[in-house]
Amino acid sequence: MLIINRRRFLQVGSLASASMFMPKFLKALEKDEMVPPGNKVLVVIQLSGGNDGLNTVIPYRNDIYFKSRPTIGIKRENALSLTDETGLHPALTGIKSLYNNGSVGILQNVGYPNPDRSHFRSMDIWQTGSTASEAWSNGWIGRYLDAQCKGCDKPVQALEIDDTLSLALKGELEKGLAFKDPNRLSGGNERFMNDLLHQHPSGGGDTHHNVDYLYKTMGATLSSAAYLKDQFKMYRTKEDYPNTALGGSMRTIARLIMSDISTKVYYVSHGTFDTHVNQLNSQNALFKQLDEAVTSFTKDLQANNRFQDVVVMTFSEFGRRVEQNASDGTDHGTANNMFIIGGGLKEKGLLNDGPDLGQLQDGDLQYKVDFKSVYATMLNKWLGADDKAILKHDYPLLSFV
Amino acid sequence: MAPISDKLQMQHLAWRAGFGESLPVIEEWSHKKRKQIVDKVLIGREKDKSAALTLVSPPETTDIPKGQMTKDERKEKRQMEMQAIRDLNIAWINTMVSSEHPLREKMALFWHGHFASRSNRALFSEQLLEVIRTNALGNFGDLLTGVSKSSAMLEYLNNKQNRKAHPNENFAREVMELFTLGRGNYTETDIKESARAFTGWSYDADGNFVFQEKAHDTGDKTFFGKTGNFNGDDVLRILLENKQTAKFITTKIYKFFVDDIPDDAKITALADKFYASNYDIKELMRNVFMADWFYDPRYIGGHIKSPIELIVGLRRTIPVTFEKEEVMFTFQQVLGQTLFYPPNVAGWPGGRNWIDSSSLMYRLQLPQMILYDKESDIKPKEIAPEMGMMQYKEQATAEVNTAFKKQFNKKIKTDINWQPYFKEYEKVSRENLAATITDTLLLTNKSVNKALLESYADATSRESYIKSVTIAVMSTPEYQLC
Repeated sequence: MLIINRRRFLQVGSLASASMFMPKFLKALEKDEMVPPGNKVLVVIQLSGGNDGLNTVIPYRNDIYFKSRPTIGIKRENALSLTDETGLHPALTGIKSLYNNGSVGILQNVGYPNPDRSHFRSMDIWQTGSTASEAWSNGWIGRYLDAQCKGCDKPVQALEIDDTLSLALKGELEKGLAFKDPNRLSGGNERFMNDLLHQHPSGGGDTHHNVDYLYKTMGATLSSAAYLKDQFKMYRTKEDYPNTALGGSMRTIARLIMSDISTKVYYVSHGTFDTHVNQLNSQNALFKQLDEAVTSFTKDLQANNRFQDVVVMTFSEFGRRVEQNASDGTDHGTANNMFIIGGGLKEKGLLNDGPDLGQLQDGDLQYKVDFKSVYATMLNKWLGADDKAILKHDYPLLSFV
Repeated sequence: MAPISDKLQMQHLAWRAGFGESLPVIEEWSHKKRKQIVDKVLIGREKDKSAALTLVSPPETTDIPKGQMTKDERKEKRQMEMQAIRDLNIAWINTMVSSEHPLREKMALFWHGHFASRSNRALFSEQLLEVIRTNALGNFGDLLTGVSKSSAMLEYLNNKQNRKAHPNENFAREVMELFTLGRGNYTETDIKESARAFTGWSYDADGNFVFQEKAHDTGDKTFFGKTGNFNGDDVLRILLENKQTAKFITTKIYKFFVDDIPDDAKITALADKFYASNYDIKELMRNVFMADWFYDPRYIGGHIKSPIELIVGLRRTIPVTFEKEEVMFTFQQVLGQTLFYPPNVAGWPGGRNWIDSSSLMYRLQLPQMILYDKESDIKPKEIAPEMGMMQYKEQATAEVNTAFKKQFNKKIKTDINWQPYFKEYEKVSRENLAATITDTLLLTNKSVNKALLESYADATSRESYIKSVTIAVMSTPEYQLC
């Protein structure tokens, strides 16, 4: 019967070992060219759907804010106070304690010229690092992998905790790896795939022909899966993580940070923040999940003395309009804030001035900091990469790391 | 290099000019002259045009203007539009699967990426698709004009906002950058001037082209060295007179139908003829498929199937009926190509961009998911709520995602009709079965897997054997190529 055969088909077998199929970062481990322990790691949390920045970092002394948001404005007594002028969303209590400890930097008015209010398009712009008038087909983290692998001195990896890979992690030549659970990365077909690999004539790692490219990708995925599965076993977190999707993802990232030394960038999405209707409830629920997951994660890192090596960076494809809509929500807007969280920040607290609600453009906030400057800073100062080559432009660097 | 057998040549043609053909068809083709088959591929089995692809139940249009609808009415309308676009997506896939003129659908798929557009009006999307399908093998000038006057494109590229007093250059820019000349072959002045010529090009609520005279700039424009009171048609005519348009289109055709790496000599020769034929697309394709170099071994099996080519090809080989056809939509999302949802104005980049670890692993499991009912809990990214660039207000993501999530964590329930497939192999002896199946399904590395396949085959009956070998062959990296 088919069942028997199918079972045979699905059996888990030995791992791919043919070195030509190994991804570069694994080959480097064999050749003693590995990234030194204690290496710097970037964790990107994408707040999908357009998070409302004004109810995240709240200008609670601003009349225009309350006039624009009669039912969804967050009052001073409810917000978590940062300064006389500014407070944090009430659900972000853990991030507030991190802020108090000097582990949080908040950049406001981050955006780009000619902002696009389409989720798709604006997310594309943020993930590729292009300008609003260009359509690029590869992502900024992917191009970071390309640049790292060019000399291949210490090849590294970028991982996304999801079923499918975001454009941000797709380079021209190299691509990050996406998975939710390293044990399921190859869908239970390892034996068949390994058998295929063993009978595939070696092209000596040459991927000129697409068939060799596919075999190389398959082999690299199998070896990466095996490697990650092993690494995953090495560290079991003692920290309690919330039982949410993001909590699980942050635990996975923590376990890998503690054991794997080849991954420089982790990527995870949280959402969706598209709060057109009854924003107070939905944003609160999502922030609670975010806050709990980030809190467990940072505690875990601190307990293992790794917090100074990690920066968590949040972004969203756009902020929302200043004025609330008729459904107690907000519609798509423009500039937004970004959180930078880590134990080794050079600047902390509110890193720049808050939005000027008196100077709106068509009812929207005007950006002051180009998000590509933030990318350039992370690439250059944190990951030690060539930001100009990766972003194809010379963006001014900031000084928070 | 060993000479390429007639059979392999015809398999190559069947895949590049369509979505593959069955063993008996390939055998029949192999015994005929190339010209005969190419004619057949170009014209299709029916002499007349294929039936228009229309929605079974288009979303009901209401006379209430959008501004006067209640919140619930708007929500309902939005949901109907989304459902209709999904229906249209599936209807087109089904047409590709069952078409007797696959090249027409393949060309339409090419133009669908070339003239990339998103609309949250199902009617607009349907109309644009019909312009593309009708002219897919016709005259490029007609196609360009039809697309440029379609409501979907005018909406997507903001030409409704392009008015005499406030020109919006988006449409004019993309017409040159993406539709005709390609980047670097025009100046910013050309864009500014042609944007003025396109002022007033608009559409009504039913998606009909409307020329708004009052919004049109009647002053002189200087475009590519010519000066006159040009309108949009004049601009398109001047662009078609420019030989670079033939070159740009031919390059994209070459990359889609022949090879990722453009070959300038071949492209120039094709483009010259294309230009001389006054942009006859069918003649261009004839020149491609008749060329000896088209059958060069380095091109055969060198193309990474797009997700649509993969899915349609599999379904053309094995007739599958899905209990929930929407699963087609999920496949497209996970694999990175959803019809009517191109990633941006530039369409799908194609080639190796289709492949990353996750998408490859999913591709390698797809035949088992469909044909063995293998479970999968792979989820596409949360889909963003809006379909157009302009309509962004009050679109609730949550409601879409809830409906969407219900489709996952489930086996794909299918009804598979294996009988016609078994029949295709009835004359093949048992010991030649594995080799013949491999040979028919793959265009590259045809000989490598036989021993391996044997070890995964279910030999309990001839039918089980055919099934299991077929599914195993479809689960290889080689099957991703054509």
